Parts: sequence; structure tokens; C-alpha cells
Amino acid sequence: MEKNGSSVNLSAPQPEQELLLPQVSGLRDLWRQLRTNSLALWGLGLLSIFFFIAAAGLILTEGRQPIMDPEKVRLVDTLKPPLTKANESVLAPEDRPLFGIYLLGTDKLGRDVLARMLQGAHVSLLVGFISVGISVVLGIVLGALAGYSGYYVDSIIMRVVDIMLCFPSFFLILTVVALLPPSIWNIMIVIGLTSWPPIARFVRAEFLALKKQDFVVAAEALGLSKLKIMFVHMVPNAIAPVLVTATIEVASAILTESSLSFLGFGVPPPAASWGNILSDGKEFIFDAPWLFIASGTAILLTVLAFNLFGEGLREALNPRLRER
Amino acid sequence: MFSFWAKSLVEKLITLFFISIISFSVVMLAPGDPSEIDPLNPKFTQEDIQRLRKAFDLDKPLPVQYYLFYKKLFTNELRSYKDNQPVLKKITERFLNSLPLFLVGTLLTWCLAFPLGIQAALRRQSLFDRSTTFFSYFFISLPSFFLAYVLIIFIVKVFNVPVIGLQTFGRESVSWWYLINDRIWHLVLPSVLSAIGGIAILSRYVRSQMLEVIEQDYVRTALAKGLPPDTVYYKHALRNALLPFVTMFGLTLPGLIGGSVIIESIFSWPGMGRLGYDAILARDYPLILSLNFIAACLVLVGTFISDLLYMVVDPRISLISESKG
Repeated sequence: MEKNGSSVNLSAPQPEQELLLPQVSGLRDLWRQLRTNSLALWGLGLLSIFFFIAAAGLILTEGRQPIMDPEKVRLVDTLKPPLTKANESVLAPEDRPLFGIYLLGTDKLGRDVLARMLQGAHVSLLVGFISVGISVVLGIVLGALAGYSGYYVDSIIMRVVDIMLCFPSFFLILTVVALLPPSIWNIMIVIGLTSWPPIARFVRAEFLALKKQDFVVAAEALGLSKLKIMFVHMVPNAIAPVLVTATIEVASAILTESSLSFLGFGVPPPAASWGNILSDGKEFIFDAPWLFIASGTAILLTVLAFNLFGEGLREALNPRLRER
Repeated sequence: MFSFWAKSLVEKLITLFFISIISFSVVMLAPGDPSEIDPLNPKFTQEDIQRLRKAFDLDKPLPVQYYLFYKKLFTNELRSYKDNQPVLKKITERFLNSLPLFLVGTLLTWCLAFPLGIQAALRRQSLFDRSTTFFSYFFISLPSFFLAYVLIIFIVKVFNVPVIGLQTFGRESVSWWYLINDRIWHLVLPSVLSAIGGIAILSRYVRSQMLEVIEQDYVRTALAKGLPPDTVYYKHALRNALLPFVTMFGLTLPGLIGGSVIIESIFSWPGMGRLGYDAILARDYPLILSLNFIAACLVLVGTFISDLLYMVVDPRISLISESKG
């Protein structure tokens, strides 16, 4: 807990002032800051709803005999508007949607849009978290190495960062994803591999400042191994800006995945993702607007939630913004 | 001074070299082969494939292919796999189509983001500030393709004007006035769409930059000695707040390629992004690689320009102590 407390305070510009601050544990302090930020609270609220929906989607749509089958094709009920009753005279009982009603309508193959949206929720979540997980791990390891080792390790890693930042990232992601065989894992890996440089930069900057702090010097004097100093003692103190960037990167990863799906390179069918549903709906924007409105709104709200929460986190963790 | 530019130029060329290697290997090492694009075509015999592979140097080892590729690119001999047209000619054509979209979009972004951001900062915590904050997060999070369809439905239903493509099809022989009008109508929606995200992001930056500056001591001093607030804010504070954006101006250049793929696909706008998308679909390696290379060049030129501008506008930047960070 003590370590967490210092993670917030150490990044303050004037170390003398810190002694005057009341000692509050890091998490509680963070919560106190977040509570005053109404946008962050909205973000957090939306996020909890989203997590709940994704979990519900996982339970309802996965497995051999899902309660709501997102891949069930019903050719009698194509492009039905929301709140339409299923065609019960033709459909066998096991083919009918839950409660016999299409809450969000059906698509051109008569698949239940609600079931597909629910499946898309956890697909989006998976893509967001796994790709950002990859980029956070890469960013922390490379940034820590660069910041702590200095010299040629630092210059090599920072050169790589410079090179990575020169690629037009969306075009590069599009190229790689299009050339590789279609799979959701490829998308996550490619997004993860292209989005680590900003995190590496933040971690490096934190490490350059932390390296001269007393606790690091003390750990070195005690003869701890370099790996232990870096990843056990220094990383927890450098994690704050990473957390902010990671939250916002989840938002952009979800947006990237939906853009890729929209262009036809995303999650391969028959699996649903929100970008997929929107892409299918673009042929019917005048006849079946619910297809793209449902999926587009879902993407918007989720990305908005992550962005708002990330920005709230940034403000709560930034001591210079606190008094504002 | 000169040695700094020379050093910077050499550094950028080395970066470009590595970029060329990486993008070449990414494209070439990906599974699949351009000669397999139509494997089920019965007219495509094994000999044809061999002949094609030879014609496009695909039978040579990778380092040789790399050398030949960039040699051809620089001598303008590179031809597209798809239609055997010179790559650079194709790119130039599409570049000229993308340019108006990019210019209008950038102009809109910069003209709207600054007033919005400055006003939000000066009226901190007001209703105006809160609503711009909310709307900028809203537009940052709004997928451009979703907004595009909402706007297409709206514009087509309400104004009944065509929005897809560069100009209305089959109306090439009408009067020039009509033609210009038609062009402008087609330009409005895609450029507004490509500007909206930029306005949202940029106005946030302007706001935080402005907030930082107006809390400085010299601003407080100027206010305290009784200068009119407008002079203080718009003359003294604004100048210093604008500094970082000079560097951002150079960084908008790469948006010419990467930022336009989706918008150009939706509006069937025959620009660079659309060209890249089609090239990827057709596995047209020379075109993909050239576009990647040009995009990387644009990034490097952009950073070079922004370094240059920064030094011109900010005398505090000294050339000797310039350190990479």
C-alpha cells in the first residue's frame, strides 16, 4: 500500500511540497479525485454497463446450444425492424429468438441483431484488452530497459520507437491484417505490436526520473539484481501514466477493430463484431437503418466510456491539474 | 546550424532506410503470393505463373528483390501488378484528387479548433467549456464511418443532393458554373467528416495549452498592471500558447494517406487512401510498398518542417543543446 501511495506523489514536480501532503493510500486518493470528476464517473458507469453486457453476451451466445444463437439464419424473417414478432407459423420452436421477438430486428439473413450485438460486445472487449495487454507489456519492458540501462540500449530502443512512429499506423495495420489469413488473433497481435511506442516513451521518461531517487539507489546499494530493481521496485512507481494511456488505447483499439471489420478485414464471419454488423448494414442504410444505428451507437458509447474514464484518470493522477 | 541540419538529414535517411526494409519484409514475408490471386482460373497454367513471377522479379532472392524494387521506384520504372501502369503516375493522379479533400479538411480543422479551444480555456468551467469538452469526447469516440452514414441519410433525405464520388456521373458537358457547384457539393461532406475528429482532438490540445499559459506569472503580472484582458489573452498569452501547434502543422502531412482510407471508401472518392485500399485487396505489392514508403517520407518531411518552424518561432530553442528525447 505504501508503494502505491508514493506512485502518485513521486511524479509531483516539487519534492519539498510532498511532505506537507496528507498520507492517503494511493487507491483511495485516486477514488477521491475521480469522484469529483463527473465525466469520469459517467465513463465508469458506462463501462460497468458495458462489462455487464459483455459478460451476459458471453453466457447467452456461447456454447453448443446457446440461449440466443447469433448465427441462426432465418430466411423467413429477413430485415425485420426492431420489436417485430418472429414468424411463429413457419419457424420451429428451437429456431425462434428469445421470447419470440426480435428486440433489435434482424439482418439480411434473418439473424437476430440483438444476439449478434451481444456476441460483438465480448469480441470488442477481447480485442481491446488483449491488444492493449500486448502493447503494455512490450511498452513497459522496452521503456524500462531504455530508461534504466541508458547508453546504446537506450538509443537503439528509441530509434525503433522513432521508426515505429513513422509508419502510417492505420494503413500499416490494414496492410498486415489484409495479407495475413483472417483471424481475430492476428488483429489483436497486429494492433498490439503497432501501439506500444507511446507507452515505451512514457515509461522511459518516468524511469529517467526514478533512476536518481533514493529508493533505487538504496536498492542498488543492497545489491539487488537489475531485473528485480526495474520490474519489482521501479515499474509500480511508473505505472500511473501507463494506466491512462492504456485506457485510452483500449478505446482506440476497439475503434481500429471496428474500422477494420467495416472495411471487410476484421473478425471473419460468421462471428459477429460491431464493425461487422455495421458493415453488413451499410448496404441497407435506407431500408434497414437499425442495423448500422444499433452497432454504431454501441461502438460510440463504449469508446466514449473508455475515453472519458481515461481522461478522468489522467486528471486525477496529474498533480498539476488537481487544483483546477 | 548547418551541421545540425546535416545530422538531422542523415538521421532521417537512416530511419527511412530501416522503414523501407521493414515494410518490404512485412509485405513480402506475409503468407500468400500475388501470382495466387486467382488460383481457380483454369487458363492460368503453371508456365504462366512462372512467367509472371519472372516478369515481376518474384523468383529472385529477397535482398535482390529489395534492391530491384527500390531501384525501380526511384527510376520511375515500377509498374503495378494489376494493370501494368507506372506506379508513380497512378499515385500522382490520385494524389491530386486527395489534395482538395485534405486541404479543405485541414483548413476547417485549424479554423474551428483554435477559437473553440481558446474560448473553452478562457471560460473555464462555464457551460460553454463543459459542452465543448463533452462534444469533443463525443466526436473523438464517434467512428467516422458511422457518422458518415448518418450524415448521408440526413443530407440525401433533406437536401436531396448527391454525395458519392468526385462529381455527378454523366454531367460532364454542363456549364462550368454548374460543374463547380457540383464539385463543391461533393467535397463538403467528406471534408467535414475528415475534419470533425481533428477539430475535437485539436481543440482539446489548444484548451490545455492555453490553460497552462494563462496561469503563468507574466500573464498575472500583465493583468495586475491593468492591461485590458483581451490584449493580455489574445496578444501575450495566445502567442506563447500557439508555439507547440507550429510543430503539429508539419505532422498533419501524413494524414494525406492514412487518414483517408475509410472516408474515401465510403464516398467512392478516387484518392490515395482508396488507391491503397484497392491495392491491398488486389495484393498489388509495388503499389502498397510505394504508398507506405511515400507515407513514411511524408512523416519525416513533416517532422523536418516542424523542427524548422519551431526554431523560427521560438528563439529559446538553441541548436547545440537540441537533444532527442
